Amino acid sequence: MQKTLSESKRCSPITVKSLPVRSNHGPAALQSPSNRAEQRSCPQWRRANMALMELASLEKSLGFKKANKYSTQGNNKTPILQSNKGAPLIGLVTIASHLVQEAAQPELLGRTAEQRAVVRQWLEYRVTQLDGCPKEDIRSILKELNQYLEDKVYLAGSDFTLADILLYYGVHHIMADLSVQEKEQHMNLSRWFDHIQHYPGIRQHLPLVVVLRNRLYTGGHH
Amino acid sequence: MKLFVSDGNPHCLKVLAVAELTGVKCDICHASDDERLVPFLSHPVRPVLLLPCGQHLFKANPICLYFLEVSGRDVCDLTSQWLEWEAAELQEEATVVDIVLWAALYPLLSNSSFLPGEWFEQVNALPVCQTVAQRVQQQKSLESLKRFLQKQPLPPARCRNEDAEREMTDEEIQAAGATWSRGLADRPTPAERRHPIQAILQYLRCSGAVLTADVQLSYGRLRGWNALFVCGTDEYGTATENKAREEGLSPQEICDKYHAVHASIYKWFQIDFDHFGRTTTEKQTEIAQDIFWRLYDRGFLIPDTVDQLHCENCQRFLADRFVEGICPNCRYPEARGDQCDKCGRLINAVELKDPQCKVCKRTPVVRSSAHLFLDLPKLESQLEQWLEQSMSTGNWTSNARHITRSWLRDGLKPRCITRDLRWGTPVPHPDFSGKVFYVWFDAPIGYLSITASYTDEWEKWWKNPEKVELYNFMAKDNVPFHSVVFPCSLLGAQDNYTLVSNLIATEYLNYEDTKFSKSRGVGVFGDMAKDTDIPSDVWRFYLLYLRPEGQDSAFSWADMALKNNSELLNNLGNFINRAGMFASKFFEGRVPQMELQQEDKRLLAQVGFELRQYIQLLDRVRIRDALKCILNISRHGNQYIQVNEPWKKIKGGDEDRLRAGTVTGVSVNVACLLSAMLRPYMPAVSATIREQLCAPANCADAMFQGAGSFVCTLPAGHRIGTISPLFQKLEAEQIESLKRRFGGQQVTATVPASPSATIETSANPERAKQLLQEVAEQGDRVRALKAQKAEKTLITAEVAKLLQLKKQLAAAEGKNPEPSPQKGKKK
Repeated sequence: MQKTLSESKRCSPITVKSLPVRSNHGPAALQSPSNRAEQRSCPQWRRANMALMELASLEKSLGFKKANKYSTQGNNKTPILQSNKGAPLIGLVTIASHLVQEAAQPELLGRTAEQRAVVRQWLEYRVTQLDGCPKEDIRSILKELNQYLEDKVYLAGSDFTLADILLYYGVHHIMADLSVQEKEQHMNLSRWFDHIQHYPGIRQHLPLVVVLRNRLYTGGHH
Repeated sequence: MKLFVSDGNPHCLKVLAVAELTGVKCDICHASDDERLVPFLSHPVRPVLLLPCGQHLFKANPICLYFLEVSGRDVCDLTSQWLEWEAAELQEEATVVDIVLWAALYPLLSNSSFLPGEWFEQVNALPVCQTVAQRVQQQKSLESLKRFLQKQPLPPARCRNEDAEREMTDEEIQAAGATWSRGLADRPTPAERRHPIQAILQYLRCSGAVLTADVQLSYGRLRGWNALFVCGTDEYGTATENKAREEGLSPQEICDKYHAVHASIYKWFQIDFDHFGRTTTEKQTEIAQDIFWRLYDRGFLIPDTVDQLHCENCQRFLADRFVEGICPNCRYPEARGDQCDKCGRLINAVELKDPQCKVCKRTPVVRSSAHLFLDLPKLESQLEQWLEQSMSTGNWTSNARHITRSWLRDGLKPRCITRDLRWGTPVPHPDFSGKVFYVWFDAPIGYLSITASYTDEWEKWWKNPEKVELYNFMAKDNVPFHSVVFPCSLLGAQDNYTLVSNLIATEYLNYEDTKFSKSRGVGVFGDMAKDTDIPSDVWRFYLLYLRPEGQDSAFSWADMALKNNSELLNNLGNFINRAGMFASKFFEGRVPQMELQQEDKRLLAQVGFELRQYIQLLDRVRIRDALKCILNISRHGNQYIQVNEPWKKIKGGDEDRLRAGTVTGVSVNVACLLSAMLRPYMPAVSATIREQLCAPANCADAMFQGAGSFVCTLPAGHRIGTISPLFQKLEAEQIESLKRRFGGQQVTATVPASPSATIETSANPERAKQLLQEVAEQGDRVRALKAQKAEKTLITAEVAKLLQLKKQLAAAEGKNPEPSPQKGKKK
């Protein structure tokens, strides 16, 4: 017997687009317009600028009266803090952790050894995975974060930590460029992001990103 | 607490070392690299620490610090700073793994005289490090690390930003200048030159793979490999019998016909086989039967009766391609009796839903028949052991690894290797007389028999696994037969056979968004490429440029014209032509005196960098990526000429004239290098350039040694020949007419495949368009009727009308007018 039409309909030929290939090399284009995507791989000067502004904002959030002076080094414009006691501190995570200690808020680094490890891990994720991430990998980062945050309020579980602050700074430029639909697709991430940007004293230099709380696209979330 | 590590991963090394140092107790589990342990991460990572609270730590440095803290030590700013530096700076350099590995492990492993100073020795001497290194290496020394490295994304070429030029450092520039001036005469002879023996084999059904193999082989020869390239037509099997019946010839006649067709096509494509053979030979019978008996004697073949589909009308069993139906796994409606084209899984013909005889379209019945099975489960452990070794030392594309692993994961089942057919290698066992070998048992043996037809010393290639490295090229659907079934046959035969060490599988090449399939007669007309008036070198270039390495890619006429005009004509051809023209016009056809300035050396450094990339990439069989290195060189060259304006400087004073001479001389030498690099891709163009430049025959050898070095091969005073343009523009009208001529719909032009590929019918695109519309409308009508549950006779009448229309459509599209629901469904 001949196959019925409805069955033959399913055998549409495989095309490149219909295959969700995700390899290390394969471009996994975001659905947003390409000019947006281009902005995401931010140039080095911008990254340096970002890191310094972040540290300034962090200082304000932590209640520092007087701002520290920073310089940068190397191709990646790694921030340096020249303190008056001893050797300079190098690196965003190192400096940020140091500032938190100075401000006598060690709980921001985690309350238990386990939590501290988790916080450190996300801080490292921020500087290794998120910063300078090629634009074709952004999608997978958003996916990872979204999935991780599915059952969590904060990155380290139920406590607000430095990881939330720095990751918020780090994803801000990505979130700002997402379409409403994309934000909805990454619902857990958007929820966390919105929560952090409204956390008292955190947003500082960054503009508010609008996150809708009601869903517009039915069935878009998976 | 559980710590998951994998063999040969340097990041696991540090975690284990710290665990040992701090004395923190945790269960250490060895897990395969591909297992995803952290649910939310998209890629598997190692090491992973499962914390008591159930959270996963997936970064090595935080795990180390955690161990440190648990053991009661403090983490000071300085510690965290070093670790941040290691993670952010050292690891961010894409080559980090190499650096970390090299720095941390190389001296340790090789016990060489390399002494990186006291610090390293002290650390290295710690018993902690010694134990741990052992654990990661698993006694396998450097080999175990190679596997890890191979899985890392390819660093520099990949990560290079297209717009941002790579800055050359002063050291690189100076070094490039020094290398250049070595020239051909006094190049140092490397102490040790390796001569790997390679057999590159290719199985005919895999279109496109022949071309790839040819490139790799040609490259290998440039590198001084002793290589053998055999290929052939696999002529047994139901596909041939089907085709023979269609054309009203005997199977042997059809094979003779298509063997000649294919041979001529490959000749046109300049495929440089050592031997292009076939499977219908006495050698084939001899070797296949020998392997059969060896397997039989060793108990790797088990007899069983099989339920098979039997067509009462045609009076025969419907093996493999004689039957079509709905795939039981993915419901693809045109699955064949042995394999589904859509999901790639193997099928037992009786499992097909709604089966029908391919010849008479009737529904077959199930009957039983005695057959022999290759006992794959019994060979599984041997196979796994071999795979482990082969994959860790050779080049296996990631899809090949993946497909093979998924086969093993699903568990191997015995596979039937005999068939109730007449056309094939006869099974020599008296109990199974009248049967033949299943084509997938038989065909790979063709590699051996074709070699045997070529040389009596075939066993030096095929029973010499220590010295011979075997490359197989194919499309991904053929992977399991080459990585599981055939190796099992050879392993079971226990005759010291050479097994594949490099398995290179491509994704699919689509045609303007349509899948082509050989057995369904959609697309693939190698002989038509010949009739397009486009030179075979340009075809080779475009097909290789498109080579579906990472993912499927699609052929398009417009893109072909674009690539020809922009890359070949305006970039590559333009540069080589300009370089040659300057030399012949301004310097009486001689290479002028050159005095290298910083700027020239910078170009040399850039070119040298691309050349090394090219070699690195081709060593890993990344053929498409290496092609881009060639184009990058000519792009650099064009820029260099543009900036230095030799055509103006030649009219200036002495100094300017010297400058013009230097620029011309360097450019001509770059062109000479390009001719060598182009050899594997465009042999005719490469030869033409060499001829035009009167380049010495040995110019390539010098530059392709070792990691590759760009040296001056055409010294001042060298006389060049007549320069003429290499490429021609592909005009829009020409492309339009080609598009029209080939129906614009389902004709793919690439290297041909199985006999069914070539069908000559007059196509009528206008009529086809109209019919397509009618078919769609009629289809809607039928669906509507069915939905309304209309009377059966009414539906049947409408369906008959639909089928008639489809038949006409198929004819108008120049295809085999055999009803198939595929046709007319896709625009």
